[in-house]
Amino acid sequence: MTTTTTAADIVEKSIISNGIPLSNVEVTRDSYKGKIDPDWCPGCGDFGVLTAMQKALSELGKQPHECITISGIGCSSNLPGFINTYGMHTLHGRALAVATGMKMANHELTVMVTGGDGDGFGIGGNHFLHTMRRNVDLTYIVMDNQIYGLTTGQTSPTSALGMETKSTPEGNLENPINPMPLAMVGGATFVARAYTGQQAHLVDILKQAISHKGFSLVDVFSPCVTYNKDNTYQWFKARVKKLEDSGHDRTDFHSALDKGYMWGDEIPIGVFWQREDLPTLNDLEPVLDEGGPLAYRTLGITKTQSDSLMTEMM
Amino acid sequence: MTKKQDANTDSKPLVDFAVGIGGAAGQGIATPGNILARIFARRGLNLNAYNAYQSLIRGGHTFLTIRASNGPVRSMGDSLDVMVPLNQDTMDRHLGVMPSGSSVIYDEAKITPENTPEGVQLCPLPIKELIVGNKLAANTVAVAVILNMLGIEFDDLVDALERIFSRKGKAVVESNMEIAQRGYDYAADNFSAFPYKAPRLSKGLAVVTGNEATGMGALAAGVKFYAAYPMSPSTGVLMYIAQHARELGVMVRQVEDEIGVMNMVIGAAHAGCRAMCATSGGGFALMTEAIGMSGMIETPIVCVDVQRAGPATGMPTKTEQGDLWQLLGAGQGDYQKFIVAPVSQTDLFNTIPELFNLTDRYQCPGLVLSDLLISEGTSTVDPDDLNWQPDIDRGQMIFPNGSTSDNPYGGYNDNDYLRYVNTESGISPRAVPGVPGHIHVAASDEHDEDGTLISDEFTNPHKRRMMVEKRARKMDTVLDAIDPPELVGPNDGAATLVGFGSTWGVVLEAIEKLASENNIVVNQLHIKWIVPFHADAISSVLADSQKIIIVENNYSGQFARYLRSETGIKGDAHIRKYDGEPFMPHHIVDGVKAILARETDLYVPTHEMMV
Ligand SMILES: Cc1ncc(C[n+]2csc(CCOP(=O)(O)OP(=O)(O)O)c2C)c(N)n1
Ligand code: SF4
Ligand SMILES: [Mg+2]
Repeated sequence: MTTTTTAADIVEKSIISNGIPLSNVEVTRDSYKGKIDPDWCPGCGDFGVLTAMQKALSELGKQPHECITISGIGCSSNLPGFINTYGMHTLHGRALAVATGMKMANHELTVMVTGGDGDGFGIGGNHFLHTMRRNVDLTYIVMDNQIYGLTTGQTSPTSALGMETKSTPEGNLENPINPMPLAMVGGATFVARAYTGQQAHLVDILKQAISHKGFSLVDVFSPCVTYNKDNTYQWFKARVKKLEDSGHDRTDFHSALDKGYMWGDEIPIGVFWQREDLPTLNDLEPVLDEGGPLAYRTLGITKTQSDSLMTEMM
Repeated sequence: MTKKQDANTDSKPLVDFAVGIGGAAGQGIATPGNILARIFARRGLNLNAYNAYQSLIRGGHTFLTIRASNGPVRSMGDSLDVMVPLNQDTMDRHLGVMPSGSSVIYDEAKITPENTPEGVQLCPLPIKELIVGNKLAANTVAVAVILNMLGIEFDDLVDALERIFSRKGKAVVESNMEIAQRGYDYAADNFSAFPYKAPRLSKGLAVVTGNEATGMGALAAGVKFYAAYPMSPSTGVLMYIAQHARELGVMVRQVEDEIGVMNMVIGAAHAGCRAMCATSGGGFALMTEAIGMSGMIETPIVCVDVQRAGPATGMPTKTEQGDLWQLLGAGQGDYQKFIVAPVSQTDLFNTIPELFNLTDRYQCPGLVLSDLLISEGTSTVDPDDLNWQPDIDRGQMIFPNGSTSDNPYGGYNDNDYLRYVNTESGISPRAVPGVPGHIHVAASDEHDEDGTLISDEFTNPHKRRMMVEKRARKMDTVLDAIDPPELVGPNDGAATLVGFGSTWGVVLEAIEKLASENNIVVNQLHIKWIVPFHADAISSVLADSQKIIIVENNYSGQFARYLRSETGIKGDAHIRKYDGEPFMPHHIVDGVKAILARETDLYVPTHEMMV
């Protein structure tokens, strides 16, 4: 079942782009069940995100082997090991850069990126900004627990002002990032917030985000029961309010920004902002106009092509 | 190595000359340089061109040396036969080192020579009269004068002017022709020509920079994804590939930083592309954590480090071989990688496909150690020495139609496919995402054969050991895939000059000079493959050496330390240079003489030209 690829094979193989023969196996939530049980603390918010992703993917009828889940490093970033899709567990903060390379090299895959608030908005902040402005067609799911979980409880870029953590025992002095307006202004074309405690709503948002053409961000409140004693299930339960309930228009940028900035006794969840008129990076890339995924194409250049390159140099 | 470098040498007697053009940045040195290089190469002459410049867009001092010959040309040489100073500063800096028999061509209205050395022919030009109003054509006059003095037919210049100026329209071409003709005739009437004529050989040659050669090699190797963040002196690779990407179906991305570059390249490589990037030392430093990931997840990539003088921002436009240990130690932990230091522009071209075949077979990163000298330096290459359609060996890969699995969602869950299966060779067949039945996770955490994380599993030293050994075992036989270095020159030479990478050509020329001008016979052992290292072969050659002299373009003797760490051999003496400029042959000649005369065992030449 393994093959050694030679130059001759590659020519043949590269003809295949999306004609993968599929048996008639029906996709269910179980198709997405990973081999390994999650190693998260009992009660961790990330369990709900994993379940919701599995539900969303199966309800969308996606084929597991045509999906890839790419993460950085953190408790939340362990997720690719627990879901039955292709996966990459990369470096702290680098998942979006790796995922951009993956998507551009094989634009027929469904690419999801998962990780934490520190991973995405701290060490990975630069990639976050640039992946949004490029409108790379992928879904970025952040398990936002406002803390560094894996490193046992230090402050994060989304930790509240004054929050006592192990690295800020006297209280956090820095203003937190609010990912909603940041993403809207940064060029994301689908910007949503959800709460792991509201499963049906989360599944619905994930389905929309995965179906969206372009960069979609879903920032999910996902309590860390071990290290964040401030932002607990009770805390969120009392505050989160669905945008739909107040009749939000997700195509109205300024209203979306206003709602995005809301924080306090009432914190909106739902889809804040979406625009569908912008091409994705792979739509814009002429090299992908025809010929299927770049990764499956014939390597090398023809004699006619190389002769012409040499002529330029003579 | 030397076989491939055979020069175009079908005409005697030997003619060897060098032209220097200098001025401020922005004075248009590139165009006359280009015209001359193309004319020489089309006549079949070998050439080497090196531009000494600074990191600014206007002003400063830029000095281009073009050396050409019907014999081999492997460095910019030692001295000039013609100099064209475009400003007074250039005249003042270089006139004093012009040798007897050379000529200096300049605009008599703008520049005055002072303290002209004996035997130098001054060739003042009444530029204003010759150009009649077309100020942009002033440099064309100088080119025409040089060609006349070298006995090169005017028709060659006509061809070149048409090629270079045709984009600018017929009027520009014609005006340049007229002016060139006047300059050509003026030289015939007023200056004495060289005692030889530049020969014409049967076969024209191509002119490439090392960065272009690297880009060309990437295209030949089948690179489909190229990413970069601009950084001198590596940016030429990006520009060359970007210029041809559309027509050849190659994707080029300029990324937010080098961390992003390497991670994106790994993403594309993991998808199944041949993916590559080039940078310089500072960018490479940012990439190193990800290069380790390429080793850990066994996803091959190729990265070129075009070294410049460091540390930190260092000297962006100056050359050095100072990143050897950065590459050796790139990233945390033990992992498998290739490090190769190509020796010339032609070698850069052919090394890229070779390295991709190795990295695909052994599933690990491949690092190319180049430098400003050969990557921005220009050389002629014989088109027949470039293999544009090399064999492509992707090792053990599984693409979508290579799968025969019954369960498209299987692989990981049903143990039907283990991405990191512990094989005897250490090489595990690599399925790319999208293949039914081969689902797996590639993890930068330590993982089991199936990809499951074991890094945090409490104490499983046995699995960890198994995986470390599996990856390491891949390299057990890798030396067989790589040619050992060979001793060049007589076995009983008075010394062996050992260098690595870009200094190959200049060391060889120094050895030739030592023999022909000083009656000193030494031999050369030049190293191209750093990792893996042919330690046994190298040790056995050096065991017979009379005196080991290590030549390198850095302060601390990075290569000497590496040689010692791999073989226990301590060089007997050292020639080092770290002033930003490359070695010239006589620097090495002088060093060998001083060392053989027991004057020193560490020779640091002084760069005479103030560039
Ligand atoms: C380059 C680098 N720096 C630091 C770390 C250590 N580290 C691992 S995870 C983490 C933060 C995790 O926080 P977050 O991304 O919010 O994920 P969570 O664990 O909260 O889900 C840090 C600092 C690392 N792995 N790599
Ligand atoms: S430490 Fe916090 S984030 Fe990490 S698994 Fe436990 S509860 Fe979840
Ligand atoms: Mg966190």
